[in-house]
Amino acid sequence: MLKTVILIGGPQKGTRFRPLSFEVPKPLFPVAGVPMLQHHIEACAKVPNMKEILLIGFYQPNEELTRFLSCAQQEFKISIRYLQEYAALGTGGGIYHFRDQILSGGPEAFFIMNADVCSEFPLPELLEFQKEHGDTHSFVILGTTANRKQSMNYGCIVENEQTNEVLHYVEKPSTFVSDIINCGIYLFTPEIFQHIGAVFQKNQQDMLLYPYEGEEQTNGWQRAEVIRLEQDIFTALAGQGKLYVYKTNRFWSQIKSAGSAIYASRLYLNQYHRTHPERLATNEEGGPKIIGNVYIHPTANIDPTAVLGPNVSIGTGVAIGAGVRVRESIILHGATLQDHSCVLNSIVGWDSTIGKWARVEGTPSDPNPNDPYAKIDSETLFRDGKLTPSITILGCNVNIPSEVIILNSIVLPHKDLNRSFKNQIIL
Amino acid sequence: MKALILVGGYGTRLRPLTLSVPKPLVEFANKPILLHQVEALVKAGVSHVILAVSYMSELLEREMRTQEERLGIKISLSHEKEPLGTAGPLALARELLTDSAEPFFVLNSDVICEFPFEDMLRFHKQHGREGTIVVTKVEEPSKYGVVVFEGETGRIHRFVEKPQVFVSNKINAGMYIFSPSMLDRIQLRPTSIEKEIFPVMAEEGHLYAMELQGFWMDIGQPKDFLTGMCMYLQSVRQQGPEKLRTGPGFLGNVLVDPTAVIGQNCTIGPNVTLGAGVVLEDGVRIKRCTVLKGARVRSHSWLESCIIGWSSSVGQWVRMENVTVLGEDVIVNDELYLNGANVLPHKSITDSVPEPRIIM
Ligand SMILES: Nc1nc2c(ncn2[C@@H]2O[C@H](COP(=O)(O)OP(=O)(O)OP(=O)(O)O)[C@@H](O)[C@H]2O)c(=O)[nH]1
Ligand SMILES: Nc1nc2c(ncn2[C@@H]2O[C@H](COP(=O)(O)OP(=O)(O)OP(=O)(O)O)[C@@H](O)[C@H]2O)c(=O)[nH]1
Ligand SMILES: [Mg+2]
Ligand SMILES: [Mg+2]
Repeated sequence: MLKTVILIGGPQKGTRFRPLSFEVPKPLFPVAGVPMLQHHIEACAKVPNMKEILLIGFYQPNEELTRFLSCAQQEFKISIRYLQEYAALGTGGGIYHFRDQILSGGPEAFFIMNADVCSEFPLPELLEFQKEHGDTHSFVILGTTANRKQSMNYGCIVENEQTNEVLHYVEKPSTFVSDIINCGIYLFTPEIFQHIGAVFQKNQQDMLLYPYEGEEQTNGWQRAEVIRLEQDIFTALAGQGKLYVYKTNRFWSQIKSAGSAIYASRLYLNQYHRTHPERLATNEEGGPKIIGNVYIHPTANIDPTAVLGPNVSIGTGVAIGAGVRVRESIILHGATLQDHSCVLNSIVGWDSTIGKWARVEGTPSDPNPNDPYAKIDSETLFRDGKLTPSITILGCNVNIPSEVIILNSIVLPHKDLNRSFKNQIIL
Repeated sequence: MKALILVGGYGTRLRPLTLSVPKPLVEFANKPILLHQVEALVKAGVSHVILAVSYMSELLEREMRTQEERLGIKISLSHEKEPLGTAGPLALARELLTDSAEPFFVLNSDVICEFPFEDMLRFHKQHGREGTIVVTKVEEPSKYGVVVFEGETGRIHRFVEKPQVFVSNKINAGMYIFSPSMLDRIQLRPTSIEKEIFPVMAEEGHLYAMELQGFWMDIGQPKDFLTGMCMYLQSVRQQGPEKLRTGPGFLGNVLVDPTAVIGQNCTIGPNVTLGAGVVLEDGVRIKRCTVLKGARVRSHSWLESCIIGWSSSVGQWVRMENVTVLGEDVIVNDELYLNGANVLPHKSITDSVPEPRIIM
């Protein structure tokens, strides 16, 4: 049997996703109409013999997460549990800490996935590949090709082109190493815990040899348990005949910034043509005009004179008035877009209101369309002391008055604006 | 009586509109700028208007022939071979201006106000000297040349360019009436009436100032063109409110040509002028704008402080503001944002212009 572990991080992670991650844990942020994690879960649930999905993170148990878990269990008829780390243990520390839970029931292999990626999840292909490469206990990283410049923002993999063995692994190098990058999706066999265990033992010994002065024992223990899969495990396993890379040219992206959530939505909406055609809105008598791929939650109320798309996702209970235009945007639940308003390249937060003829507009940070290997840049907010033009994000319960423009700005939750803003963060 | 209107400048500051049409023919509140003056002159008893032009314009000539007929007056064009400034053209037209002993009017072509021509004539005859200039009050005198004059008689003492300390808040409003003898002061060469002629006349006690009542604006550049339109429509509201459009969907002072077509759920005004054949589709919000003949604004767009050139087309869900001026036959694609764009004629705009600039 098989299992999947999804690394969901915790509240201190995902800061590039603010202010949206104030309201909802980032892994639950809706992408193409459903929580980011649901795309992972749907892909896992389709794999024959998948018995359980474990989410590991350091969020306090919370209502959203609990509700999501119980809904997803019902919908996908699979056991899904949340395991909470007592502190951030890194991408390898958490799975080591919970190894007994992962191994219970005796899976012969399990997937590990970063929560903040968007992918076609070629899981059957990974399983197939694993059987054909190395010994029966080999580990597989899902890799993809990036361009030279952007590759350095990722984990870089050098492979043996004949065998696909990973010869060298380096996380976010400062000079070019390889254009094959780590997608944050792995297939491991239980043997991986011997390698993580070895790192843990060594950390503990280091701790005894070079004790950190003035720190409590528990912290010391914690430091031994903090293990990074990428730097501590993959780097060591490379060239040992244990670690292989399966390269995919299917769509893949990180979801670090809010801007990348719009891009990821576009990729998933496009995939819906095959996987979930029922989730794509169509042009119907008495319905709004739909251009390209659009997701509309059935509870949303949309005037027939509105024009939506491409790449628009409309959440529960959203109200969209006459003559409204929305393109390349995510409208979160309970938001109201009044008549003639125009929303482009933006995320409109929960329960926000946009007044008549208001324009909410951002600048997309899409990958270079002329470079097939380009990825979305997880842009830094500021360049040369100026806010770089990015998508516009309205936090939860923001009020935009009629007839103003909000351009390339980030509005923190619960703000009532009274005028236009451009290129600003509005606290 | 006669009047000479200075229409010789190139109107560079009102580009891109003046790249298609000479400035005197640009419609202000749905009437060519020049006609506002000519009609007021006719009302005050002027029967011969001389246009001092430094460029050849068939369009202007043709339009003036039509107006001669319509108004039953004579309109002459006085062509200068080189630009003669604001005084030289008077010397060139000397023959026409001196065939009677009556005083004559001289006007800058781009000022707009409630023209006080009859008062000027009365005032001028009263003081009996060579010249009268109309002055108007401004808030920030340090930006202009101001006129210092005797409050009671109007006799002008001097002119002060951009005064650093307050001496007066009255400026030259660009409207004069002169007795024919004044022409002896001007030679046939490029001369500035403000800088070279008026100071001498003032010194000799021959120049008087008459204060203008009501609004005044030099509409020679887009920003002031729009401000002038707001003032003008307000005066229409007081003088002839039936000319303004009211009703549901109309706010404040709105002037609409009868051939303009307006869609449903639009909100128009305050301070909007829509020219002949203009089309506003459904759900357009427009305020403080002039839309010139034949232009179209497509649905759900939002416009504030813009001049839309003749036959231009603004797409759906476009936002334009901050003195955006479209020349003739410009196309703005759907969903764009134009902030202070100055667009030359026959351009097709496919990208937003988030900061003010000129689009060649
Ligand atoms: N359970 C758990 N998950 C983690 C921890 N740290 C990161 N993750 C998750 O692991 C995935 C990868 O996170 P990172 O390694 O921080 O991110 P990255 O992809 O290397 O990108 P950077 O943020 O640029 O370093 C994300 O889904 C995180 O939420 C951790 O300490 N515990
Ligand atoms: N006949 C004639 N009229 C002139 C000449 N220069 C300016 N004028 C007119 O004098 C008045 C005041 O001039 P300006 O305010 O400078 O306007 P303009 O030169 O038309 O326009 P700009 O190019 O924007 O300065 C306007 O009515 C002009 O048409 C000239 O050389 N000859
Ligand atoms: Mg990392
Ligand atoms: Mg000039």
